[in-house]
Amino acid sequence: MTTTRLKAGAVRPAARRRRFAWSRRTRRIGLNLLALLVVLFTLFPIFYMVSTAFKPATEIYSLTPHLVPAHPTLGNFRRVLNGSVIGYPYWIFLRNSLIVTLAAVAASSLIALLAAVAVARFRFRFRTTYLIMLLIVQMLPQQALVISLYLDFRSLNLLDSLVGLIVVYTAFALPVTIWMLRNFVAAVPREIEEAAAIDGAGPMRTFWRILLPLVAPGLVATSVFAFIFAYNEFIFALTFLGVDAAKFTLPIYVQYFYGRNGADWGAIMAASTLFTIPVMAFFLLLQRRLTTGLVAGAVKG
Amino acid sequence: MVRTVHDQPGSLGSPAGRTAGGAPPLALRKRWALFVRRRRLAPYLLVLPSAAVIAALVLWPTVQIAIFSFQNYGLPQEIGSEPAQWVGLGNYSQILHDPEFWLALRISVIFAAVVVPLTLIVGTLVGLLLNRLGPKMTAFVSSVAMLAWATPVVSASVVFVWLTDPDGGVVDWFLTKLPPWLGGGAHWAGFSWTNSALPAYTVLTALLLWTGFPFIAVAVLAGLKTIPEEIHDAALVDGAGPWRLFWRVTYPILKPIFLLLLLLSVIWDFGVFTQVYIVIGGLGNRDEYNLGVYEYSKAFTMPPAYGIASAVAFILTIILLIITVGYVRASVRQGAIQ
Repeated sequence: MTTTRLKAGAVRPAARRRRFAWSRRTRRIGLNLLALLVVLFTLFPIFYMVSTAFKPATEIYSLTPHLVPAHPTLGNFRRVLNGSVIGYPYWIFLRNSLIVTLAAVAASSLIALLAAVAVARFRFRFRTTYLIMLLIVQMLPQQALVISLYLDFRSLNLLDSLVGLIVVYTAFALPVTIWMLRNFVAAVPREIEEAAAIDGAGPMRTFWRILLPLVAPGLVATSVFAFIFAYNEFIFALTFLGVDAAKFTLPIYVQYFYGRNGADWGAIMAASTLFTIPVMAFFLLLQRRLTTGLVAGAVKG
Repeated sequence: MVRTVHDQPGSLGSPAGRTAGGAPPLALRKRWALFVRRRRLAPYLLVLPSAAVIAALVLWPTVQIAIFSFQNYGLPQEIGSEPAQWVGLGNYSQILHDPEFWLALRISVIFAAVVVPLTLIVGTLVGLLLNRLGPKMTAFVSSVAMLAWATPVVSASVVFVWLTDPDGGVVDWFLTKLPPWLGGGAHWAGFSWTNSALPAYTVLTALLLWTGFPFIAVAVLAGLKTIPEEIHDAALVDGAGPWRLFWRVTYPILKPIFLLLLLLSVIWDFGVFTQVYIVIGGLGNRDEYNLGVYEYSKAFTMPPAYGIASAVAFILTIILLIITVGYVRASVRQGAIQ
């Protein structure tokens, strides 16, 4: 009785398993093909930007576009780098962008770290209010604030200067940076700090010698977000930097370039390639850590 | 009671303080440290710099916008030849009678109504797909997708304008090659996508979908990873198909995340500026403005009307703040503030 039942039961699942395995295999192939489609959709614009940057003008304006340049040329890059199209070489704008971005990242990371320590380590009266204020401030539309900031900076003589942009970028990078850093500070065990205090380290020493090294990875992750924000920022740069092209940051350079040379797509694509590649390299380098931070931010709010 | 104990210089909190405190006159630095500790000032001092910077550069300008929106702030006031005068609700009534304002508002609303669901649906589908792939493929596809997210907005916008360029753009070429029953044909040759609102916002929809879906996908994937596999298996054993599985199991569990993503997307897509500014080619085409670009053009084309622009900016801010309140409440409920 039991043996027959076992036998009957043993045959059927095997057949089912085979059918199941077959359908699972096709499904897996289907899913991977879909994934490939997603990859193609995502990569195509980036690929086409780089490809156009290497094309000579005859290929750019040919009636049938080529995916890959048939006669790749560095001419577009040369024109961008020596500045023959706009009057200033690319390096000037890269330098401006790096100055603004690095200064803003450094300032906002430092200020945010202090706030993150306060929020993660202390219970104080306006803590919740402060945290909610950060969430709200993040969502205020920049194209609204640019009006009053433009007028204020005009009277402070901070227009057409990189300092003005640094100040604004520092302020606007703060909420996200604090919001993300506080999780990293909270993750440092309090016992380590207490042990340091018992060993006679003052608060300053504890901060520099204990907390800072332990939060450093988090600081790197959050500063990447500040970096991407400041490096890409458009509205304030567009509004504050108007007169002097030598003060342009990269986003304004690419946009201005495109606005002026509506037809020179080779040079425009070369310029935006040079603008984009550093961020992407940076991003791929730190990708794993970044995605975790991003996701932590998204899931936890 | 506590005070008297702390008033004695010898009883500082740490052993180091006790030994150093033996010297009768406390150094100024020490006294300051003592003051901070006794009044529990440390958190306030730590928060102070960030609060001051945000107050000066974000909160105060918001208040200024509200003030300017009731004033006749224009070129004479900017150069200081005339003081700004209060005009009451004059700026607002002027806007509400401007057909261009209503057009811009309509474009913003319709655009958000199209792009937000589209991005959420595509992002969620990609997230579900990533969850079903092998670990290596998941890592690969999500890194590639995040490349789109990391692409600078200005670059992405310029590239999409180039892809849809009437002379040499790949999209027009592709559409002419498409069979007629798919809507292709020779009439697409040299089609200009940026000359009127509908095609321009079609390009913008593709652009915002392209930059927006990776974030949704990665967030949804992170949420899916928190669902124990047993729950899915149990539902599958009970004979649930993928559609039912999503709506009866996955969606209810991930509802808080979806709510946050929905609110964030609405805030981003309703308030979008940079992409629109670049795709419609600056401030030239007035009938292609969305609310943000309309406001910007009021302030930064000659003659500047900062008062009117501030009124639009204030309306925009209020709309976004209403959505933000929902976002903050959802975040608090998610346990973001501990």
